[in-house]
Amino acid sequence: MSPQELQAQKKRELEGKEESTIPARTFVPTADIYEDRDALKVVLEMPGVEKGNVDVRVEEGVLFVEGRLDLAKYRGLQPVYTEYNIGNYSRSFRLSNAINQDKIGAELSDGVLSLTLPKVEKAKPRTIQVS
Amino acid sequence: MITAFVDPFEALFNLQRALDARLASDWLQDQTTSEGPFPPINVFQQGGDLLAIIELPGVDKSSLQIEAKENTIRIAGKKAVSYPDGVSVHRRERVAGEFDRTISLPVQLEPDGIKAEYRDGILALFLPRSERDKPRTITIS
Repeated sequence: MSPQELQAQKKRELEGKEESTIPARTFVPTADIYEDRDALKVVLEMPGVEKGNVDVRVEEGVLFVEGRLDLAKYRGLQPVYTEYNIGNYSRSFRLSNAINQDKIGAELSDGVLSLTLPKVEKAKPRTIQVS
Repeated sequence: MITAFVDPFEALFNLQRALDARLASDWLQDQTTSEGPFPPINVFQQGGDLLAIIELPGVDKSSLQIEAKENTIRIAGKKAVSYPDGVSVHRRERVAGEFDRTISLPVQLEPDGIKAEYRDGILALFLPRSERDKPRTITIS
């Protein structure tokens, strides 16, 4: 595959059903979803979010991921030229019951959050021997 | 001006509004040359010095090249997104590839004082202004 030119993507804003009580805008982190034999993997890009500011929880079959920015870093800075906006991140996914919702794992490194959603035993592919 | 960080609820919104107001402001004019606008850069002023903040999640630190000369900065590197073999990809939104961007700032920098920090997917470049370039206060006699 020929190398494509990297394009800057504009951040998508969150259009949720619920309104927010604070006036700040929230953005949707870009996500890759892929699946292997044992688990579903969701990888989200949330630059600027530290480990302590990530919230991953499952409520009624919906996976909520939230990342908060540390505003203190921007204290005293005055913007002169901007090309992107910043804000907290939020995204939610509806999980099927093929996922074992108690054993979700999460790892954050360099602003990339990798979630591992293990499949329930019966959802794993079974090889069938041909006699 | 972002001086009022007093009200925690308004603080983020005020910052977002200030960033929006400067969106592609004239400040850099046509002085950013590159192979494309990636990665997007925000430039802030802190006292007399500048701070460039760039979002680069998941970039291999060893592939990042930052060069400075006079008032020009060049940032190049490779953003990699890789999957293990034998997986089935359901959704692909992250971009990957090589980037190489050069920006010329309208102020003279002190190249020896430039510091770069890459943490949590954010590359922060501290760009001190050169002493000769700083404005001098003139007293009225």
